[in-house]
Amino acid sequence: MTDIAPRATRVVASTGGRRRHRGGGPRGRTIAAFLTPFFLPFVLFYLVPVGYAIWQSFLVVRRTGGQYGTSYTTFGGFEQYTKVFQNDEFWSSIGRIGLFGVVQVPVMLFVALIMALLLDTPLLKLKSFFRITAFMPYAVPGVIAAIMWSYLYSPQISPLVDGLKSVGLHPDFLGPGAVLWSAANVSTWLWTGYNMLIMFSALQSIPQELYEAAKLDGASNWAIAWQIKVPIIAPSIILTTVFSIIGTLQLYAEPAVLRQISSNISSTYTPNMLAYAVASGNNYQQAAAISVVIAVITFVLSFGFMRLTSKKAGL
Amino acid sequence: MSNQNMIRESRASRTAVMALMFLLAIYFLLPVYFLIVAATKPQRDLASTNGLAFSHFDLFSNLGTLFSRSDGIFVQWALNSVIYAVLGAAVGTLISAMCGYALAKFTFRGREFLFSVILGGVLVPTTALALPLFLLFSATGIVNTYLAVFLPSIVSPFGVYLARIFASASVPEEILESARLDGAGEFRTFFSVAIRLMAPSLVTIFLFQFVAIWNNFFLPMVMLQKESLFPITLGLYEWNGQTARAPLLQESVITGSLVSIVPVIILFILLQRFWRTGLASGALK
Repeated sequence: MTDIAPRATRVVASTGGRRRHRGGGPRGRTIAAFLTPFFLPFVLFYLVPVGYAIWQSFLVVRRTGGQYGTSYTTFGGFEQYTKVFQNDEFWSSIGRIGLFGVVQVPVMLFVALIMALLLDTPLLKLKSFFRITAFMPYAVPGVIAAIMWSYLYSPQISPLVDGLKSVGLHPDFLGPGAVLWSAANVSTWLWTGYNMLIMFSALQSIPQELYEAAKLDGASNWAIAWQIKVPIIAPSIILTTVFSIIGTLQLYAEPAVLRQISSNISSTYTPNMLAYAVASGNNYQQAAAISVVIAVITFVLSFGFMRLTSKKAGL
Repeated sequence: MSNQNMIRESRASRTAVMALMFLLAIYFLLPVYFLIVAATKPQRDLASTNGLAFSHFDLFSNLGTLFSRSDGIFVQWALNSVIYAVLGAAVGTLISAMCGYALAKFTFRGREFLFSVILGGVLVPTTALALPLFLLFSATGIVNTYLAVFLPSIVSPFGVYLARIFASASVPEEILESARLDGAGEFRTFFSVAIRLMAPSLVTIFLFQFVAIWNNFFLPMVMLQKESLFPITLGLYEWNGQTARAPLLQESVITGSLVSIVPVIILFILLQRFWRTGLASGALK
């Protein structure tokens, strides 16, 4: 794994003698000098850790002569992975995050899309106010957002709970059934505006003539929105979906903060929390295997989604 | 449909649209408004008064308590966050810009391969990186130092991706050629010509990376044990975990949260021209 760095520079360096097609182009050494400041840390802090995690995940710690014997580390093949897949806590964390993602991502992106479409119509006034308010949570760290919301969930302090009580409702935002959705709400609050802006920016780059032509053909605003605008910005919607899938699988800060005030979140609530808990128990090889599985699931889902949607959209 | 009807209908839908957007705006503003109100209250009023109404105005004494708690550790956390985020984003933007520029403007063998490796990096969950990084860093003794958080933060594959798009869009080939004809070396061309043309987009990359580092929580949590090295996020998280035992910390967590987000929100409102263009080019693909 450690030889990635020299190899990456070699790829660049090997083009050294070649000149560009046009004029006196830069030599390979110059190109390498431009690339190395990024690639060196990229290799050291991205590729090497990925490789290291993969390598670690194939190791096991064994002991000679029973439980109290001296321990040694040895190659264990897929043993760690078998353990991951046999671990009930792993499956329940995956199930939880799956449920979270299947509900939260579509809801968030649907609201973001509606907002983007409305911001793009002449129907709306105060556009920049709405745009800025929606985007503002992006500047709030997940931990802080979760702390803010946890005060709005907490029965002693929350004005929301008080308000709902006065109309005869007794919500328990931190209860066993609700706490997952309370965490989902924090994510939705944080990221709706960001996604909305990506879609809105794409909408703004559509030439106006397209709408005029459609209007002449008698298309309603509704039809223009759903049959022209949405298909054109499909790549942005796909992009936001992929980012959301990655974000969901990485979920850590929000449930970790809510865990501080709710007994209904375990230390292994999400896959990342599970990995951290296992690593804290000094079982790094098992934690590495969990991390690798999370990364692979992320890859498969995001690539799979991109493939599926771009095929369907005929791109 | 008569003209009259159409006007009436559009007025109705206009009202409906405005109402919906106002509801959403309230949703986005509510937690921040609550935080502002709560930060002005004395601890004893937090639970006993309406959370959305001001009571006793104690903001300044709350700030005093916050900044003096544990020998001013909060100030240290704020400073740390600024160091990690400003320095990390500055270095990160520069190296992303150089790399993206080279990928956009120089043709060489392996270019597309390197670019797809970087794009793959965008998809690697950073939380999955933190644990192996911790092991590597503890083997080299970097754990529990500023470097442990700073070094991984400077790498932004997404920044390179953006820089490549920006460089091809905003640096015309002719200008580079004429700079070369004038005898400028590639580095001089980059630092004196290209980087100026890319400047607005570099602000975007800086902003995105700044926010990513500022908001990062998992990496510092894995890397740091020493409280004096914590960024604000980790510090407030620790305090928040202690409120069950020390309820008086609650007010400081609230005031500290407000102090940590207001400057960034203001920065974002001031710089919105930049992130808007950035998002636009990011979305264009």
